[in-house]
Amino acid sequence: MTDSMPTTPEAVRKQAAAADARRRRQARPVSRQWRKRGLMAAYIVFVLLPIYWLLNMSFQSNTEILGGLTLWPEDFTLEHYARIFTDSSWYMGYVNSITYVVMNMAISIAVALPAAYAFSRYQFIGDKHLFFWLLTNLMAPPAVFLLPYFQLYYTVGLFDTHIAVALAHCLFNIPLAVWILEGFMSGVPKEIDETAFIDGYSFPKFFVRIFIPMISSGIGVTLFFLFMFSWVELLLASTLTATNAQPIASVMTQTKGASGIDWGTLAAAGTLTILPGIVVVYFVRNHIAKGFALGRT
Amino acid sequence: MEWMVWTTPTTIFFSTIAAMLAGMTAWEVASPSIERKGFLPIATTRGDRLFIGLLSAAYIHLLVVGFTPLSIWLALGTSFLWLLILMRWG
Amino acid sequence: MNKVRNNRAWWLILPMLLLVAFSAIIPLMTVVNYSVQDVFDANTRFFTGTEWFREMLNDPALQAAVLRQFAFSLTVLAIEVPLGIGIALIMPRKGWQASAVLILVTMPLLIPWNVVGSIWQIFTRGDIGLMGWSLRELGYGYSITASPVDAWATIILMDIWHWTPLIALLCYSGLRSIPDAYYQAARIDRASTWAVFRYIQLPKLTNVLVIGVLLRFMHSFMIYAEPFVLTGGGPGSSTTFLSQSLTTMAIGQQDLGPSAAFSLIYFLIILLVSWVFYTAIMNMQKDKQDGEA
Repeated sequence: MTDSMPTTPEAVRKQAAAADARRRRQARPVSRQWRKRGLMAAYIVFVLLPIYWLLNMSFQSNTEILGGLTLWPEDFTLEHYARIFTDSSWYMGYVNSITYVVMNMAISIAVALPAAYAFSRYQFIGDKHLFFWLLTNLMAPPAVFLLPYFQLYYTVGLFDTHIAVALAHCLFNIPLAVWILEGFMSGVPKEIDETAFIDGYSFPKFFVRIFIPMISSGIGVTLFFLFMFSWVELLLASTLTATNAQPIASVMTQTKGASGIDWGTLAAAGTLTILPGIVVVYFVRNHIAKGFALGRT
Repeated sequence: MEWMVWTTPTTIFFSTIAAMLAGMTAWEVASPSIERKGFLPIATTRGDRLFIGLLSAAYIHLLVVGFTPLSIWLALGTSFLWLLILMRWG
Repeated sequence: MNKVRNNRAWWLILPMLLLVAFSAIIPLMTVVNYSVQDVFDANTRFFTGTEWFREMLNDPALQAAVLRQFAFSLTVLAIEVPLGIGIALIMPRKGWQASAVLILVTMPLLIPWNVVGSIWQIFTRGDIGLMGWSLRELGYGYSITASPVDAWATIILMDIWHWTPLIALLCYSGLRSIPDAYYQAARIDRASTWAVFRYIQLPKLTNVLVIGVLLRFMHSFMIYAEPFVLTGGGPGSSTTFLSQSLTTMAIGQQDLGPSAAFSLIYFLIILLVSWVFYTAIMNMQKDKQDGEA
C-alpha cells in the first residue's frame, strides 16, 4: 500500500474522495433496491391501467358509461356478462375460438416434434434452406394469403369449420413450434440418444419414453406460444368462418349497432377474452422463466 | 384446380422453379457442395447462391417493370446472366 | 453440436412439410396466378401480364404506406428494445413477486389483437376514456380522429404497451441463465453496475435479443387489427399500414389482380429483410463457434 501515507495535498484529497465513493457505493444498494421497485411498480401500473379501465367499464351500465367519467363503477351491474352468458351467439364465440385453438395446438405439436428433432440432430440436403423457408412463413403477413385461403377452403368444403382455422393457423404456428423445440432439443446432449439406441430402444420408443419427458418444459413453453398466437389472431379466423365456427373476435364486431357502440358489452366480452390467457400463463409460469428464450440461452 | 386460375406463363414459371429445385437436389446427391467465399461478402453454398440469384432476379424484374419502359425480356436476360455469374464466381 | 449427415431425416420432416406446404405453397401459387390476370370469376378472366405490378409500384398511396410502415417498425423497435431490457433488469428474480410480476407483464401478449384495439379505443376516447379525458382536462386538445400526430403517438404507445413484454420476457429468461458465480466475481472485483451490464449481462442477452428483434420486426410489419380498430387507418390515411391497404383492396374492393400483385411485392420486401436478418444471425453464431474453437 503505497498510498497509505499521503505526502501531498493533492494525494490527500484523492484518497478522501476515494473513501467517500466507497462509502457511497456500499450505501447505494438499499436506495437502488427501492428505485428498482418504484420503476417496476410504475411499469405495472402502465400495463394494468388500460385493462382496469376495460374492467371498470364492463361493470357499468351503458347510461353510466355515457353519462360521464367515473373512476369506478358506481352503479355496479352484471347485465353485460349476463347477456354474454345467455346469448348463444356470444358464448359460442368463445367455444369456437377455444376449439380451433386446441385443434391447432394438437396438430402443430404433433408434426413439429419429429421435424424439430431432425433439424437438431441431423444434417441433410437442403436443411438450412428448408429452415429458412419455414421462418419466412412465420413472417408472411396473413393479409397476403387471405383470398386464396378463402378460395382453397371453400373448394375443399372446409369453409366455416373449426378445422379450417386450425389448419390455416398452422402456417405460422408450425414454424414457430419447430423453431422453439429445435432450440430445446439442441440443449439435450446427443450421447443420450446414442446410449438409448445401444440399449436397444427403437426410435419411436426412445422418442416417446425418453426424449419427450426430457424436454417437457420446452413442450410446455411451445404449447403456450401456440396458444398465444392462435388465440390472438383474428384476420384469418374471421375470414374463414361465417356462422358455425365464428370466433369471439368477430362476434365482438356485432356490438356496433344502429344506436352506436354498445360499450358495456364490448368491454365485458373483451374482459372475458383475457381470462383464458391468464389461466394458461399461470400453468406454465415456472417453465416460462426457464425457457422463454426459445431454449437458446 | 379451376379456382387457382392457372395461365401458361405462370405454369412455365413454377415448372422451371420445380425443375431447378429437383436439379439442385440431384446435383447435391451426386457431388455435395462445399461452402466457399467468392465476391459476395459471405461464404455461400450452391443453394445459397441460387437463392440469392432468384431473389435478386425478382427485384430486377420489379425495377424494370415498375420504373422503366424497357421490355420484360431484357429483365429476364439480365437476371439469367446475373444468376450465371453468381453461380460461377459468387 | 456435430450433426450426423443422414438424408433419411427427411422422413421426420415430411408430415410437417406437407401441412405447411398445403397452407403456404398452394395459396402462394394462386396469388402469383391472380397477379397476372384480371379475374372476374374462374371463367371470365383476362391475361394482363405485368400491368398490375407497374400500377402498384407507381401508386403513390401504396408508396406512402410502405414508408409509413418502415417508419412505424423502426420507431417501435427503437423504443421497445431498450425499454424491454430495462424492465428485464428490474424484474424481481425470486419468491412470489417474481411469479406475480411475470404473469402481470405477460398479460398484454395474451389479449386478442382486436381486443387490444378496443381496450385502447375505450381508454383514449375523449368522453369516456381515462387517458383521453385526462389529457383534455389538462388542457391538451387530444383527439385521435382529428390529429394525425395524436393518432400516431397513440398507436406507438399502444404497441409499446402490447409488445414490450415480449422483449422483457425474452431478456428476463436470458438473464436468469447467468450463474450467480459471475455476479459474485463481479462483486469481488468491485465492478460497476455498467460494467456488469456491459460484460456479463449484455453478452448473454445478444442471442435472445436477436430473436426478439426479428419477432418484433415481423409482427410490427404485419400490424393490422390494432390500428384498424383504434383509428381505422385515419385521420385521412395517416395510420394506414401495409396490411390494411392490402385488406381493403382485396376484401373491400375485390380487386384480385392488383391486390395479388401488391401481396407479392409486400412478400418480397419481407423475404429480403428476413433473409438479411437470418444470414446475420447464422454468421454471428458461426463466428462465435469459430471464436470458441
